[in-house]
Amino acid sequence: MSSATPALDVYEHPRWWKDRTLRRFMRNRLAVLGLVSITLLVLTCVFAPYVLPYDELFIDLRARFAPPFTGYHIFGTDPLGRDIAARLFNAGRVSLMVGFFAMLMSTALGTLIGIVAGYRGGIVGTVLMRIVDAFLSFPSIFLLLALAAFIKPSPFMITVIIALTSWMEVARIVNAEIRSLRERDFVLAARSLGYRSRTIMFKELLPNAIGPIIVAATLTVARAILLEAYVSFLGYGIQPPLPSWGNMLNGAQQYLDKAPWLAIVPGVAITLAVASFNFIGDGLRDALDVRSDTL
Amino acid sequence: MLNYLLNRLGQSLILLLLVSIIGFAVLNLAPGGPLSQFALTPGMTREAMDRIAHQMGLDRPLPIQYLDWIWRLLQGDWGKSYRDQQPVLQIISGHLFATLLLMGTSMVISILLGTWIGIRGATKRYSLFDYTTSVAAMVALSIPTFWFGMIAIYVFALRLKWLPAGSMYTIGNESFSDYAIHLVMPSLVLALVDIAVWSRYMRSATLEVINQDFIRTARAKGLSEGKVLMKHVVRNALIPMITLAGLQLPTILGGALVTETVFTWPGMGRLFLDSLGYHDYPVVMGLLMFSAILVLAGSLIADLFVAIADPRVRLG
Repeated sequence: MSSATPALDVYEHPRWWKDRTLRRFMRNRLAVLGLVSITLLVLTCVFAPYVLPYDELFIDLRARFAPPFTGYHIFGTDPLGRDIAARLFNAGRVSLMVGFFAMLMSTALGTLIGIVAGYRGGIVGTVLMRIVDAFLSFPSIFLLLALAAFIKPSPFMITVIIALTSWMEVARIVNAEIRSLRERDFVLAARSLGYRSRTIMFKELLPNAIGPIIVAATLTVARAILLEAYVSFLGYGIQPPLPSWGNMLNGAQQYLDKAPWLAIVPGVAITLAVASFNFIGDGLRDALDVRSDTL
Repeated sequence: MLNYLLNRLGQSLILLLLVSIIGFAVLNLAPGGPLSQFALTPGMTREAMDRIAHQMGLDRPLPIQYLDWIWRLLQGDWGKSYRDQQPVLQIISGHLFATLLLMGTSMVISILLGTWIGIRGATKRYSLFDYTTSVAAMVALSIPTFWFGMIAIYVFALRLKWLPAGSMYTIGNESFSDYAIHLVMPSLVLALVDIAVWSRYMRSATLEVINQDFIRTARAKGLSEGKVLMKHVVRNALIPMITLAGLQLPTILGGALVTETVFTWPGMGRLFLDSLGYHDYPVVMGLLMFSAILVLAGSLIADLFVAIADPRVRLG
């Protein structure tokens, strides 16, 4: 009888750089490009205002409508002679924050409703998902503008109403995912152990549905940045003098012939940020192996 | 088939009910509610406000108010504009044509172009065409529609002077060609997002059909590649696209609002923004409800077409 301990197949958790998901994400060149560009954009928005020679609110009527690359005005000046670069990066802070926090709120709300509807099923689930359908029947811009007209347009309230008009997709995705997980053995095990439904929903089901939620959340940032741009462009979002990418475009159309850079510069920034999040979301979907028919 | 239709109709009615509750809730969010129109009248007193509130039935419980509101809505009494006292429904129908013209044209363009790009991308998978259009579609989905409109105006109206910068027709010249030339830019700008959506969905729908057994059978019995594609692949891939067209309606309607603003197009979107600017809440709420009803009707019609086109739904 040998006393040697039998060789156990010890499972070694792979190092993070060998992680399958990460590797698959890194193989997607566009997703990596998106990640790099959004990182650069965020860093620029955070630090550039400390470096630039002008304040975003400094009015210089002698330097009105300066085209880009004149003097120290990299992106030119606006109709009041304010430096567009300074405004753009300060606006970026506002727009990206609105996008990020609107994503947090709408993902939380959508996840909550999706989990409850998916796990409870039956009449509760049906009613909840019908409410989701009803919200989706309104064109989100119409709903957003109607709400925006009735509230005090502070950045916080704008974030709240953007979240209120973009949680439905997340709810649908989470609902579908939870429904497919509900009958699995681990849920049955948890139930037979006598766990409370709340524990099963948030400790057992939620971690297993995290992939689709992350993908949906990433795409929601893109959507929220776009919605902020729409509502601020139309004059009902972030109010001047606080700059946002949307309200920088607000007066741009009337000077289109004289000063096209007023329109071009913020629009490029919006497109860059939104496209980055869209590409990252697409890459995450492949990397996390999320069924594309749910998104 | 009849069962399916009745079921589907019932679902739409329930949704309509929920939509009306959301609409009513938003209406009551308005500062001071429906009374706000009188609040700024000079010489307005607390008592006079209360009297008006009583006359308008605003001192009754909310559920009763809701039932009253929905009853009048069903009878076609959508209230009157604060601005010119015209009935709301009449104002909306006056702006309906312009929006439907813009949306219709843009949908035809996006369906044709999107379908073509999607099918070509799927049949020539991983080709340069497939790669370029996939990336372009993603970028197109990231561009704010109004900004794209402004850039288009700058290039094609201000610099090249090929197309008019806005409005639906030249005053004094309301010929077909004049309408057509004014329609080109806004409908293409509005179509951009939809072309992207359509081509992405069409590509994956085609890929799904291409790998199925009946396609192999069609090839095995000696059909030419073109016939397989047109008669078997495309026909089957198009069915889910009908549902998509219904689902896309809110997006297109929302896009129309923004496009109309940039191109001063006299449709429902412009009306919505003008009314918002004048705090003309009856028109705003009317448009909100009207657009939701339009969307519900659209998706009902789309499902009807799917039932006709797809024997699995028709007979199932």
